[in-house]
Amino acid sequence: MDKETLLKTVEEKLKAQFGDGLLSSELLVDYPVFTLKRDIICDVVKFLYNDEELSFQFLTTLAGLHYPDNKGQELGVMYQIHSLTKNYRIRLKVFFSISDPNVPSITPVFKGANWMERQEFDFFGIVFKGHPNLKRILNLDDLGYHPMRKEFPLEDGTREDKDDKMFGR
Amino acid sequence: MASTNKIDKIKKGNTSVTNAEAKVEEKEYSTLNLGPTHPATHGIFQNILKMDGEIIVEAESTVGYIHRAFEKIAEHRNYYQITTLTDRLNYCSSPINNMGWHMAVEKLFNIEVPKRAQYLRVIIMELSRIADHLICNSVIGVDTGALTVYFYIFSLRERIYEIFEEICGARLTTNIGRVGGIERDFSPKVWAILDVFMKELPAALKEFENLLVRNRIFMDRTIGCGPITAEKALQYSFTGPNLRAAGVDYDVRVMNPYSSYEEFDFIVPVGTNGDTYDRFMVREEEMWQSLSIIQQAIAKVKKEPAGIFHADVPDFFLPPKEDVYNNMEALIYHFKIVMGEIIYYQAYTEMIKGAFLSDAILTMSSMNVIAGELDA
Repeated sequence: MDKETLLKTVEEKLKAQFGDGLLSSELLVDYPVFTLKRDIICDVVKFLYNDEELSFQFLTTLAGLHYPDNKGQELGVMYQIHSLTKNYRIRLKVFFSISDPNVPSITPVFKGANWMERQEFDFFGIVFKGHPNLKRILNLDDLGYHPMRKEFPLEDGTREDKDDKMFGR
Repeated sequence: MASTNKIDKIKKGNTSVTNAEAKVEEKEYSTLNLGPTHPATHGIFQNILKMDGEIIVEAESTVGYIHRAFEKIAEHRNYYQITTLTDRLNYCSSPINNMGWHMAVEKLFNIEVPKRAQYLRVIIMELSRIADHLICNSVIGVDTGALTVYFYIFSLRERIYEIFEEICGARLTTNIGRVGGIERDFSPKVWAILDVFMKELPAALKEFENLLVRNRIFMDRTIGCGPITAEKALQYSFTGPNLRAAGVDYDVRVMNPYSSYEEFDFIVPVGTNGDTYDRFMVREEEMWQSLSIIQQAIAKVKKEPAGIFHADVPDFFLPPKEDVYNNMEALIYHFKIVMGEIIYYQAYTEMIKGAFLSDAILTMSSMNVIAGELDA
């Protein structure tokens, strides 16, 4: 199945099952990308996992997204899933407001999502509902903010112990 | 199976103790901190273990001790400055990380890399794979008490690093290759030392295998140690040799070939139990396959017109110095490193549950978990 056919097939299946839960679908570089309503993401992942024709049973990665200019849709999560038996790869995306950064956890479907979701919680402050152990993973427990959000600069602006002349920052 | 049996026996022995103690409704476990800077963890990992004598009842991992915010740094750098960050992920296979990054950029800019450059990259990547597997497998030897293999193998790994040094000037953090190809053509000396290395590698690998593969002590320690089933490995998103050792015949070089891997003829070794011994054996066989791939690549390079080592994309390859600092300001908006190590390490606490403490160390080294990549 080539990429366009895969895009059409998955699109039809998702439309049949979830109706207007599927917001858009497109081919980005070489990945079919589907944007969904966030509340159904776990159901969609489960549906694609159990679908015999597609069997997306491998979670490659998931990543937090932050577009501060998309008002009302600032934060997002991208899921990259893979069908090992059929060798199909697709991406799912959900977007939501930064004031309500909740999204259903997909740990019931993929065990490996546990630490991946903890990372995105740590760095973007995305709260995964239903996650068994949602706490910071790589940063300090009392860091106080989520550093991968765009408003945070690379270095702490309040620091005075670094000499810009020397290191050309 | 030896170590599993031992555990079963001890567990059975303990059952009576548990029942006796159950009457008093009290059983005391001891808490043990393994790491963060314990030499046996080969990096900075902390595991808080709940111990019943020698047996691990529960484990909790803490990671992030050397987190350097690579993703944040990468979002503030030009794309050609990011290569050096990838060196410092899994620093045992820097060249493969470098190539992964170059290929991601090439995909974004739609750059076609010439065949000869692709084959040269395959040579570099497979050499790096051998170097990484040598370390991983010899460290399994160290953790079972066989230090000799480790010292033997370092002389062999040194030879690979000499080749890297000759290609790019660096040994460990290589920063090898550029977007569109590699930075300079292989010099005659590279071909000469590569040739000598290829002739000497089979004998050295054989010697290495003689020391471990059928070694009774090594087999007793590793067979049945830290096993993971294929289903679990997939659930935890395992990839690479760790997944193949569990019996899943997935190799990205075959299923989604990059850098012309589809033209190469090689076998994908798989294990059955997903234990430490299987992981060791899969890596062992992969080194032989890498050897064959390098031979094929050398033959292919010879057939291509000489002197081509990068794509004709002046916009991206070696721009004039003044432009480097002023004009190439396009930054990556969302940078995401897909880290293998954090995926493997996540399953670690489950894999060591009910195992001996000493087997837990062995399981960690056999998964090739490297702190640099885990913490990124």
